Amino acid sequence: MRQILLRRLLQAFLMAWSVGTLTFVLVRLLPGDMAYKIAAGRYGDDAVNTAAAQAVALELGLDKPAINQYFAWLWDLVSLDLGDSLVTGAPVIYELQIQLGYSVVLAGWGILIAAAIAFPVGIISGLKANSNWDKTALTTSAFIRSQPVFCLGLLLIFIFAMELNWLPVAGFGGGAYVILPSLTLGLSLAAISNRIIRNATRQAKESAYFHFAQVKGLPFYRAFNRHILPNIAIPTLAFMGIQLIGLVEGVIMIESLFAWPGIGHGLSHAVFARDIPMLQGTALIMGFLFVLVNTMVDISHYLLDPRVRETR
Amino acid sequence: MNSVKRWLTILMACLFAAACAPAPPENTIIISGPFEPVNQDTATAGYIFTRMQIIETLVDVDDEGNLTPGLAINWHPDESFTQWHFELRPDVYFHDGQPMTAQSVVNSLRVAMGKPAPFNTRLIKHAEALSEREVLFTLTEPFRPFPSLLSNYTTAILSPATFGTFNRIKSLIGTGPYQIEDFEPPHNIKARRFDNYWGEPATIEKAEYITGHRSETRALMVRTGQADIVYNLDPSAVSSLSTNPDVKVFSTPIPRTTQIKLNLALPSLSDPKVRQALSLALDRTGIAEGILRVPGVEANQLFGPTMGVWHLATAPTPTQQLDRARQLLDDAGWHEGDDGIRYRNHHPLELEMITYANRPELIVIATAIQDQWAQIGVNLNVEMENASAIPSGHHDGTLQTALMARNYANIPDPLGIMLADFTSEQGGDWGPMNWSNPDVFSGLNELAEETDDAAYQRTVTQVMTAIQNDLPLIPVVFYVQQSAVSARVKGFSFDPYERSFRISTMQLEQ
Repeated sequence: MRQILLRRLLQAFLMAWSVGTLTFVLVRLLPGDMAYKIAAGRYGDDAVNTAAAQAVALELGLDKPAINQYFAWLWDLVSLDLGDSLVTGAPVIYELQIQLGYSVVLAGWGILIAAAIAFPVGIISGLKANSNWDKTALTTSAFIRSQPVFCLGLLLIFIFAMELNWLPVAGFGGGAYVILPSLTLGLSLAAISNRIIRNATRQAKESAYFHFAQVKGLPFYRAFNRHILPNIAIPTLAFMGIQLIGLVEGVIMIESLFAWPGIGHGLSHAVFARDIPMLQGTALIMGFLFVLVNTMVDISHYLLDPRVRETR
Repeated sequence: MNSVKRWLTILMACLFAAACAPAPPENTIIISGPFEPVNQDTATAGYIFTRMQIIETLVDVDDEGNLTPGLAINWHPDESFTQWHFELRPDVYFHDGQPMTAQSVVNSLRVAMGKPAPFNTRLIKHAEALSEREVLFTLTEPFRPFPSLLSNYTTAILSPATFGTFNRIKSLIGTGPYQIEDFEPPHNIKARRFDNYWGEPATIEKAEYITGHRSETRALMVRTGQADIVYNLDPSAVSSLSTNPDVKVFSTPIPRTTQIKLNLALPSLSDPKVRQALSLALDRTGIAEGILRVPGVEANQLFGPTMGVWHLATAPTPTQQLDRARQLLDDAGWHEGDDGIRYRNHHPLELEMITYANRPELIVIATAIQDQWAQIGVNLNVEMENASAIPSGHHDGTLQTALMARNYANIPDPLGIMLADFTSEQGGDWGPMNWSNPDVFSGLNELAEETDDAAYQRTVTQVMTAIQNDLPLIPVVFYVQQSAVSARVKGFSFDPYERSFRISTMQLEQ
C-alpha cells in the first residue's frame, strides 16, 4: 500500500512539471500574437485593437524572453502559487475552486448514473447472454456511443426540457439543473462500461469455479454474490479508471452545451484567450485528479483482489 | 437483485422529485446573451454592466444616435472645441449612499483614462472640478465629437469606494437603477432594484443575467420559459421561435455593418477597378435573404440608415453585376486563364480572407463570397481565426482581406470613428488599410472644427460619397439584431446602440 502511494506521489510531481511545461510550450507554438488574443479575451471583439494589445503586452511583460517567463512560472509552482488569470485578473486558484466544484458535482453524478445504469444492464445482459435483452442493450449502447455527447445532450434537451418540460434547458442554480448534463454524461459512460460488465459477467458465469459453486449446492444468488460480483468488479474498476480520460472530453462538450460553469468550459476559454496561467492551472488540477483517481483505483484493486496483495 | 431494484427505484424517485423545470420567480426578470462578464472592470466588461443598468455614463444616446443628458444635464465647448464644460445632474447617489460630486466624476474618469478604451485616452489633457456640479475638460487638440466619447461604457461614473489599491476595482458601485447583488464571473450577474435612484425607480425588483454561450441554448431557454429575454439569436433559431405563441421575436437594425476590410498595399487591391469588381460580384440580396433571412439589409455604404447625416439616403440599392465586374477586371489587366482564375503578368488573382467564429453568420457569408468571387475568376481562401487576428494582421501588415462586423455604436458620433480611421494612410485596426485620399483626410479634419451645421452636413455628404466611390472597405450587409422575449414581459424595447437592456422600464405580467 505504501509503495503504491509513494510511486503515485512521485508520478504526481513529474506530472505537474511536465504538464505545466507542455502547456507553456504548446501555447507559445500556437499561431498568432499572444497579446492580441489576450486583449480579445479581456476587452471583447469590438474593443480589441493595437492599443489594447500593446497595453496588455506591457502589463504582462510579454516582450521578455520566453525562457524568463518559464522559470518565473516554475518558481511560482514550487512556491505553490498558480498566478493570476491574464483575462480576469483574479487568482487562478480562486477561479479553479469555483469551476472545479461545479465539475466535480457534474462528474460525480455522471459516474453515479453511469454505474446505476451500467451495472444492472451489464449484469443482466451477461447472465442472459445473446438473449433479446442482451441484443437490445448492445444496439442501444452502440447507438449512444456512436454519436458525440453533444448530440446526445441535444436529444435529451428535446425530450425532457422541450417536449415534457420537466427540466431546465441550461444553466445552474439548483438540483434540477444538474440532471440533464449528468444524465448525458452518465449515459455516454454507461454505453461502454455496461458492455465491459456484460463480458466480465458472462466470463465469470461460464467459468469452472461458478459451475463448481453451483454443483456443490450453493443457491444462485449466493454463488452470484460470492463468485461473480468480485470477479466483475476488478475489470470494471480498471476500465472506469481509464474511462476518466474520456470524461474530460465529454465534460468540455457537455459544459458548453448546458452552459455549466465547470473546469472544461474554463479550459476551452483559456485556450482561445491564450490565458497561460489559467491553462496551466487547469491542466495541473486535471492531472492531479487523474493521478488521484488512479491511486484510488489502485487502492481499491489492492483491497478487492487478494492476488495483488499476495504478490506484493 | 432486490437491492439493485431498490436502488433503481430510489434513483428514479430522486430524478422525478427534482424533475420540475423551475419557472422564473415572479419578481425576477431573467436575461441571457452570449456576452461574458469576465470581471467587474469597466474597461473589460463595462458594456454588460451598463446594459444591466448598474452603471451609467455622463452622456446618454437615444434610438437615433443623438446625445441626450445622462449623469450630466448640460455641456458646451469653447469656440475651439478644446475646452468642454459639463454640468452634472443634481441629487444623484451611488449605490453605497454617497452623493455624486464633480470630484468623484473627475476621479472616476482619471482611472478610466489609464486603461484601454475604444478611443484615444490621451485626448483628455486635464479634468478639473470647478464646483460641486461642474467639470471642465481640457483636451490636447480640438475634438468636436468629445461628448460622444463620454457615452462609452469605459467612462461610466463609479463611486470612489469602488477603487482599492492601485485603483483595482474592489466592488462595482455605480448610480444605475439596479445594483449588484451577486456576481459569479463569467456566468451570472444578479441585480436588485436601487431605491435611491435619481430617475424613475424600476418596477421589476430583481434582474438576473445568465451567460448562454450557444444561440441554440438561448433559443431553448426562452422557449421553455427559463429565460425572459434572449439576445443575439442566429437565423435558424429565429425561424423556429417565430412560430411559438409564447415568444415574440424582435428584429432591430443596429449601427453595425458587415464589411470586407482590404489591404490596399497589395498590387491587386490598390487598383480601384479591382475593388469595384469585387463589390459588383457580391450577391448581397442572396446573402441577406438566404443566409441572414432578413430581406432589405443589403449594404450600399458603410453606415446604415440609423446613422443620421452620415447615411447617404439617395445611394441606389446594390445589385450583383457579374458581366460588368468581369469587364472591370479585364480593363485592369487581369485576364482569365484556362483554370478559370485570372492572371496578370503570370500572377494569379488570389486572396486570403480571415474571419472569426464569435459571430456565427460570418463564416457562412465568407464561403458565399468565396463562391461569388470565384465566378469572376478570383481565387479566395477563407481562414477562420480569432477576432484579434484582424487588428494584429493590420498592425504587422500581413492581412489581405477580412470579413468583419464593425460596431459603430461604441462611439455614437461617427465623426469620432472617422477621425480615428479615415484621416491617415495607416487607417484603423477595424477600418481601411494603406488607403490614401487627401480630400477625405482634409475634409474630415475640417469637420472636427466645423461650427456651421449646414456646412457640416455638406462636408459629411462629400466625404462619404468619396469613400463610397473609392471603396477602401467593401460594405456587404447592415446588421439586424434578433432578440426573443417571453409573453410575460411588457414594455420591451431594444436599444439599437446596445447600451442598456432597458429593464427598469419593463414590467412582468403576474
